[in-house]
Amino acid sequence: MSDFINPVERAAAWWHSIEEYLPGMLESCAIVVELTAAVIILSWICGLVAALGKTSTHPVLRWPCEFYIWFIRGTPTLIQIFIVYFGIPQLGLRLSPFTAGVVALGVSSGAYVAEIVRGGLSAIPKGQTESAIAIGMSARQCLQYIVLPQVVRIILPPITNEAVTTLKNTSLLSTITIVELTLKSEMIISYTFRPFDFYIIAAILYLAMTTSLMSTATWIEGRLARRY
Amino acid sequence: MAEAILTLSSLHKQYGGLEVLKGISFNVMPREVIAIIGASGSGKSTLLRCVNLLEIPSSGTLSFDGVLIDFSKPERLWRRGLSLRRLRTRIGMVFQSYNLWPHKTVLENVTEAPIRVKGMARAEAVDIARQLLARIGLLEKCDTYPSRLSGGQQQRVAIVRALAMSPKLMLFDEVTSALDPELIGEVLDLMATLAAEGMTMLVVTHEIAFARDVSTRTIFVDGGRIAEEGPSREMLTSPANERTRQFLRRVLHQPVSASARP
Repeated sequence: MSDFINPVERAAAWWHSIEEYLPGMLESCAIVVELTAAVIILSWICGLVAALGKTSTHPVLRWPCEFYIWFIRGTPTLIQIFIVYFGIPQLGLRLSPFTAGVVALGVSSGAYVAEIVRGGLSAIPKGQTESAIAIGMSARQCLQYIVLPQVVRIILPPITNEAVTTLKNTSLLSTITIVELTLKSEMIISYTFRPFDFYIIAAILYLAMTTSLMSTATWIEGRLARRY
Repeated sequence: MAEAILTLSSLHKQYGGLEVLKGISFNVMPREVIAIIGASGSGKSTLLRCVNLLEIPSSGTLSFDGVLIDFSKPERLWRRGLSLRRLRTRIGMVFQSYNLWPHKTVLENVTEAPIRVKGMARAEAVDIARQLLARIGLLEKCDTYPSRLSGGQQQRVAIVRALAMSPKLMLFDEVTSALDPELIGEVLDLMATLAAEGMTMLVVTHEIAFARDVSTRTIFVDGGRIAEEGPSREMLTSPANERTRQFLRRVLHQPVSASARP
């Protein structure tokens, strides 16, 4: 490269050397998006169930949920991923890397979502549920029509934060052979020997994805806030 | 002689070791308006909440509109969860702090329960809600959110929300206590109108003037028991019980009129 004097030509040559790897990197971005979407859905389900369980008065419901949240929040996410991907097959259940990754990250993120939801639930005044129960709604109707719509608005900012963390945490799944953006970059670097270029590109691609996630959330937040 | 719409007999309520209600028994006839008065902590709100089972009494029986519930057999209550709900749909309750749902418009607050609980068609529920809102002069507010209304307006919407279920009995739990003095009148007026139309009402209140002029009967609750009950005008002007006398003296002993509470 030092043979080139003209900076325009230098840039063109640099671009030429990068160009052929970009489609592959963009493909791995699609995998990141798929993983993130699946993990977020699973984490919301786990989080809602665990939050409701932890706020329950029945010890049989509460105790497992408390254990789950305590265990997940107290152990590294990477260990949790290894337990699911390497550990569970030892018990006889073989999971594909993608499934294992989604399950591990979803269950992991679910514990954090649970704490966020629990905070949101406790912010709803007791009178809200009382008036719903008093007028004859079932517990489920009260949750669905009265409590959760209000909780969603309250927890949107912290839940967005958790979703962004989830997106970034998909890079941990590079350790279990999922060719997402991080592993893809490492593979490219292993034969180009240009870690600076490709890690920077990876970072920019991650930034693009997290930024669109955050601006979507801001847009939703704005729409909800305007209503009441 | 008409049949009582609500009968409570020796209703007890305990929280751990604390006994809040120590055996309450009374009947409510259709179209009766009963004022329940008493000092704070006397158990009058708990009593009201026991009637629509927001609090489950520890023992005693409750009979409403032909359904008898015996609280000394709690395991049966679980199985009867559905009929408890059905009972609640026929008893309207209005709270001190209005408890309107802030994420729903005034109209939606009123139509929500008829649609979700009774399974009423939306158009019909909207129709009923609009008629009720028109009655209280708040039809033009039907698309606003509760936070834009005054306390008095919110409380009147809360009353209408309960009325939309066409209840057979209305419970009012200190519904004017959270209101600014100048807003109390509009809520009491609406309640007086309902009473005049023949709604059966149980009203926990500190508004002695309202109890005297609107209610047919007054129950004075003291220490979890009914200390005195009788026709409102008589009882509130010349109470027989010394405790009632003391209580009324404390409540009415104000330089301003009785409806302007501190």
